[in-house]
This record gives sequence, structure tokens and C-alpha cells, in this order.
Amino acid sequence: MTLKIPIYLDYSATTPVDERVAKKMCDCLTAEGNFGNPASRSHVFGWKAEEAVEDARDQVAALVGADAKEIVWTSGATESNNLAIKGAAQFYKKKGRHIVTMTTEHKAVIDTCRALEREGFEVTYLDPEPNGLMDIDKFKAALRDDTVLASVMFVNNEIGVVQDIAQLGSICREKGIIFHVDAAQATGKVKIDLENLPVDLMSFCAHKTYGPKGIGALYVRRKPRIRVEAQTHGGGHERGMRSGTLATHQIVGMGEAFRLAGLEMASENERIRMLRDRLWAGLQDMEEVYLNGDFEQRVPHNLNVSFNYVEGESLIMALKDIAVSSGSACTSASLEPSYVLRALGRNDELAHSSIRFTFGRYTTAEEIDYVIALVKRAVGKLRELSPLWEMYKDGIDLSSVQWAHH
Amino acid sequence: MAYTEKVIDHYENPRNVGSMDKEDPSVGTGMVGAPACGDVMRLQIKVNEQGIIEDAKFKTYGCGSAIASSSLVTEWVKGKTLDEVKMIRNKDIAEELELPPVKIHCSVLAEDAIAAAIADYQSKHVAA
Repeated sequence: MTLKIPIYLDYSATTPVDERVAKKMCDCLTAEGNFGNPASRSHVFGWKAEEAVEDARDQVAALVGADAKEIVWTSGATESNNLAIKGAAQFYKKKGRHIVTMTTEHKAVIDTCRALEREGFEVTYLDPEPNGLMDIDKFKAALRDDTVLASVMFVNNEIGVVQDIAQLGSICREKGIIFHVDAAQATGKVKIDLENLPVDLMSFCAHKTYGPKGIGALYVRRKPRIRVEAQTHGGGHERGMRSGTLATHQIVGMGEAFRLAGLEMASENERIRMLRDRLWAGLQDMEEVYLNGDFEQRVPHNLNVSFNYVEGESLIMALKDIAVSSGSACTSASLEPSYVLRALGRNDELAHSSIRFTFGRYTTAEEIDYVIALVKRAVGKLRELSPLWEMYKDGIDLSSVQWAHH
Repeated sequence: MAYTEKVIDHYENPRNVGSMDKEDPSVGTGMVGAPACGDVMRLQIKVNEQGIIEDAKFKTYGCGSAIASSSLVTEWVKGKTLDEVKMIRNKDIAEELELPPVKIHCSVLAEDAIAAAIADYQSKHVAA
């Protein structure tokens, strides 16, 4: 079998749209298809489009154990996070102005919280344990009488760890605190049952689960009823929570993608787990290789590894046959390595040396074997070039060296 | 990000990788940068009795542009006197490799490495 180069191992950045999904989407675009405005009440074009949108709403709700009436369409998880956090904080601000979240959240949550700080809210950003997981007692201790909202992501985008949402949610429920969960990376990877999960607001997107980019949803609990203040005003779509003409083709794509995820999740995750374990088994025996994030409490789709004494961006350059991402941010003006890895307490060298491999529906065992050989060669070559590796081999403790900082 | 051909060439075929004995009085060693910043460059020069750099070696931990900058510098310093080498500016390195603005710091680091190697060599010859 011939390999298709470059090999895509960046499924947590985005996934390709599944062929079956693309087919359904195409049926909702042209004059021959279901192109109507779902808000048109006066003719069959609108009714048909509305029906397709409502079917998709059922499909999304079904994957996460919600009622269709609890699903609000958005443009993606970033918008969902904004609507959930700003919307709930603003609606319930009389109850309190304190918010709790984590330092390892996605920027769409962190930056939204920062915006609320400028509006007079106070935000506590909690660090995870070194394995990336939230300590339940630390979380509990951070909640105050004026805490109105807590936001914790289900699956971390960089290190793939799965937080104990059920337990964190119960704590919030007990204290009457609204609990929001960013589940952008979770759908199709972990089982989500909102009927039993004590979560009030949950953000989703399609494009991490083989659906199209530009479409997402926010789950807004009905029992007990949670309210959010709209952030986008207009025609009053989505029961006033999010105005804007519904993008039928995008919505249908998300529905179909989530339906397929529900059908295939169990077998797909098992297959991906075997591939992930195969890669880790192949890399683990190298010297000075570290796994970032807990191995057990983790989705099978993610392997985040630091190759000590090798800088991540140069490693990515050597791995040009594979598409991966690095926690090193040499390309940005700040030169700050991944804030997620820093929050785990990883030192700068390890944070700069990390590579995120994420796997998916189209990853094969042949590809994994190719990647193992390639990574070993590249790391070996770059270590020959690395003064840090030489110092390590000479037994020099790098933390004892006085570096000439810039 | 896209790298220029010159950066890729130096990265894939780095010139003069290696180490020299840093206790050797004819060798000057400059190590600059810090692991925390994602770049550490070590440049070594071997200076003969006529004051000419007859050999140069480097090792670099850093991005492709950092590796290319230091590789290029080892080529440029060979056969030159210390005074000539002091004239090399980061701008020259950045221009030769066509570094984008976010990578200018790599060329700055390479200039610093030259200065540090010269300073180390000269410190060994102050008493003489």
C-alpha cells in the first residue's frame, strides 16, 4: 500500500468533512435542492428547510442526550462559548459577579472571561494538576457565595485529558452555580448524556467531528431553566438567543456528522486507541521522551509528547511529511511556549519540545509505522545539532547554567 | 510558516556542525540564548597565530531559522580576521536568509554568538 504524503495527524485542529456529510450538505444549496430560508413561513421552500433544520437539531440532541428544544445553533464553539459565558454572566449578574475557570481552557473561554473582567466581573483561573486534571477539592475551594458561573472544558484540545464533568457539575449544582462546559473536542470521543450530567450550558462545534466549519451549537438546559442574554440581536431566531438566518446546509452537515458519530463512535474509538497505543509504544523507548497529560483520563485521539532538548518548530520542519502541531510558539512574537503545558508545570524546554499528534477516522496503521520511523530519525538528527543534548550527555544540569536571557 | 529555500538548505544540510575543545587556548566559545526562549546557539571559532579564524563549529537548539543563521555564520567567519568578523551584522544574516520579521531575533542571536565567541577567545589572550 502506498502512503499519501503528507500524513494528516492534526485532527484536533480540524477534521475533513465525511463524504456522507458532504453529500447531505450539497443537497441543501442549489435551485434543485433544499435551499429555502428556514424562517420563511409562507411557502414550501421554507417549510422544507425548516424540517431539515429540525431533523438536524434532533440528531445533535440525540448524540448528547439532550432535548432538541435545548439546542441553539451558532457559528461554532467560539460563538457558543461567548454566548454561554457572557450571556449567563450578564443575565445572572445580580446573583454575583465571580466566575471560576481553568488556565488550560481554550482561548475562546479565557478571552471571553477577560472581556467580562473588563465589565467588572472577577475571574479565578485555576491551574490543573501536573497531569492536566482539575483537582476536585481545589475547585470546590475556589467557589464563593458570589460565584455565578463556572466553566470547565470536557476534553482539552492540546493534551486530550478528560475532566470529571459529572463531579464538577454536581458541586456547582449543590451551590446553585451555573456550570458551562466547552465540549468542542468531546463529541464522538466521549459519551455525553446531558439528561444525567449536571451541566447547564454546553458548547459544540461540527468541524472536529467530521462536519463542516462555521457551524456549532449551544446546549441551554430547560429543567431547571437556564437563561442567557443574547449577544447577537436581530430577527429573533433561536428563541431570541441567537439571531441570524440559519445556514441550512451547515446545520444539516452538523446533524449528519453527529448522527454518524453516534453510530460509529464505539468501534472507531477502539480502532483509534490501538493506533495511538502503537505510536506511543514506538516512541516510548527513545531517551528523554515525556507524555504530556494523563494517559488514562484521556481521549484515545491524542498523544502529546515532549522530545527533550529538541525545539518543537525545528522538529515540525523535519517532520514535513506529517501534519502535526507544536506547543512551541517560536513563530509568534512572544516566544512564549504553550500556555497549557506551562500550566501543567512543564519547564520551558519541555514545553518548547512538544508535538501534538491527533488521530482520526482516516488514520491507518501503516501511517503510524511511517511516523514512528520518521520521528526517530528527525529527533536523532536534531539532537546531534543540539548543544543542550550534548550538555545533557556530558552530565551537566541545565537548570544550573546561567543563561544569557534576551 | 513558509521557509525560504536558503533556510531549508542550511537546515537540511547544516554546515560545520560539531564541537571543539573549549579549553584549547586557540578556541573561542560563545553560547547565547536560553532554553526558556526556545533558542540556544553555541558558536566556536579556532583562531590561528596570524589571527585568522581557520575553523568554526556550531550547535543550535532552536527553530529552523536559528539553525540556518548559525550554520551560515560558521561559513562566513572562516578565513576572516577577528576584526573583519566583528563587522558582520544581524541585518546581513537576515537579508542573506530572507528571514521574516518574526525570525529577526534568530539573526540577532547569531550576531551575539559571534561577539561572545570573540570575547571568550580574547579573554584567554589578555595575559599574554
